[in-house]
Amino acid sequence: MDHGEKRLMDKNQETLFVRLIPFFERYGILLLILIMIAVLHLLQPDVFLSWRNVTNIFKQVSWQSMLALGVFMVIVTAGIDLSVGSIIMLSLMGLAIASKAGMPWYVVMLVAPAIGFLCGMFNGIGITLLRMPHPFIMTLGTLYIFRGIGNLISGGVPITGFAEQIRVIGNGKIKLDAFFGEGAREYIPTSLILMIVIFFIFWIFLNHTRIGKWIYAIGGNPGAARAAGINVDRILIVVYTLCGFLAGIGGLILAGRTNSAYPNAGLQSELDAIAAVIIGGASFFGGRGTVLGVFAGVMIMGILRNGLNLMNVSVFWQQVLIGSIIILAVYIDVLRRQLATRT
Amino acid sequence: MSDNLVLEAKSVSKFFGTITALQNVDLHLKKGEVLGVVGDNGAGKSTLMKVLSGLYKPSEGSLFFDKEKVTLNSPRDSQNLGLEMVYQDLALAGNLPIGDNIFLGREPTRKVGPFNFLDHKKRKQLTEEHLAKLKINVKSADQKVEELSGGQRQAVAIARATAFNAKIVLMDEPTAALAVKEVGKVLDLILNLKKLGVSVIVISHRMDDIFTVCDRVMALFQGTNFAESELKNTSRDEVIGWIMGKKD
Repeated sequence: MDHGEKRLMDKNQETLFVRLIPFFERYGILLLILIMIAVLHLLQPDVFLSWRNVTNIFKQVSWQSMLALGVFMVIVTAGIDLSVGSIIMLSLMGLAIASKAGMPWYVVMLVAPAIGFLCGMFNGIGITLLRMPHPFIMTLGTLYIFRGIGNLISGGVPITGFAEQIRVIGNGKIKLDAFFGEGAREYIPTSLILMIVIFFIFWIFLNHTRIGKWIYAIGGNPGAARAAGINVDRILIVVYTLCGFLAGIGGLILAGRTNSAYPNAGLQSELDAIAAVIIGGASFFGGRGTVLGVFAGVMIMGILRNGLNLMNVSVFWQQVLIGSIIILAVYIDVLRRQLATRT
Repeated sequence: MSDNLVLEAKSVSKFFGTITALQNVDLHLKKGEVLGVVGDNGAGKSTLMKVLSGLYKPSEGSLFFDKEKVTLNSPRDSQNLGLEMVYQDLALAGNLPIGDNIFLGREPTRKVGPFNFLDHKKRKQLTEEHLAKLKINVKSADQKVEELSGGQRQAVAIARATAFNAKIVLMDEPTAALAVKEVGKVLDLILNLKKLGVSVIVISHRMDDIFTVCDRVMALFQGTNFAESELKNTSRDEVIGWIMGKKD
């Protein structure tokens, strides 16, 4: 074959490769999950894909996914929320105190999301009205403040024992007797259903409403959003409030799952949430990322932890691995962008 | 003067403390006319544009839209009267598609029960129609703005300004940041607007721009009207002289 023909072929191959880039951009992360599942299934054929283990993973990620979803919206606006781990603890403590005070279960249930809502609003108002130079500073401050308040109101000791209606949210089982026969062990965790419903609602919110569009626009270019007549400060307050609200829901799920409120609840979980968002493909500089990506990021973290636990890998190695995956995920993104701009 | 004046400023002055940015400046613009405004840095061009778009309130003098005297309190007011500004820094969100940028803040929606959802189909259709009307060529209305060239971005910014039937468009240095081969496309776009009956004010340092698209050119010097002429009655050298404050 002559030189020109060869170059033509190279060019065809390149365009095929370039055409595959958006495919990987969209579905690459789901591919990664499938690979992880396949590998873990081969390593632990009897345990990993058992009903019990899979539901366990979902129960574990359900409360963490609420934090990740909230932090994701904040990161889309090119912000950050470091306080969600403390919000989850404060809302959990508030719920426990309300429960101990003998309030009816439906009031107790509202306490956690309400506290989360107010904490988030406090963040949002602080960032916009006090003109903090960066959300990092405001939410770093409230990371300490909210956990401190949580310990002040609880006296720094665990509070245990909640009403059955609260426990159902984090620990409930929807029996599948209809499919598996009377008295079957298979079930779907209530918290999985809750997680799917909430992710779906926020997917609609971010992709099919004007405010959702404006959240992305603010992350892309806040100046453009302002020039388009969008009240950027108001949208930011909405975003941080929703982030806090989701952390409050996370607190409610955690209350049901553990049946107790404890001083170390949610400690460092804000970092897990940020990690899941970044692994899920969102840009730390704002304006980029999808709800499905967040879900995938949360699942990757959950499957990885679970798989490593099953194989008795020490917690220390787990830390090293998760850290490596964050860096690898972002590096792959850097490479992908280089390829995309070169062509 | 003729009947079809769409915009007029009469002896507008603007003071910032002791500094005089504009002194008794007059300006008029006819329907479908392209007016070039030239002047050295600090001559008052940008201040005049900001007064016309309602960002600044004039200290003295008055503005007329369609021969009616108006008071502008914000850019919103001038937008409502059909005047749009294309910003020098473009004011586009690169992470969003072309259509989203054109309709940002004014998205078409449809009602489902009590909720308003984005009408993606309608936005796409309106975007394609509008781009076709302005003869702007892009691969797809769903292309992200960050993937576009500088000239295409300028075209999207102009499309954004004219999407809601603007009658007057102000452009501050529309070709300043562009590669040479893209300047022509933006100038064609300005001529297209003129054909559609839109009036345009172009601020530019580039004589090529002025002499390609404008019908008339006016020069500001140290905040005052210095000279003005129909384009056919003047020359590049003369206009360059005006910018430097020289008149024969």
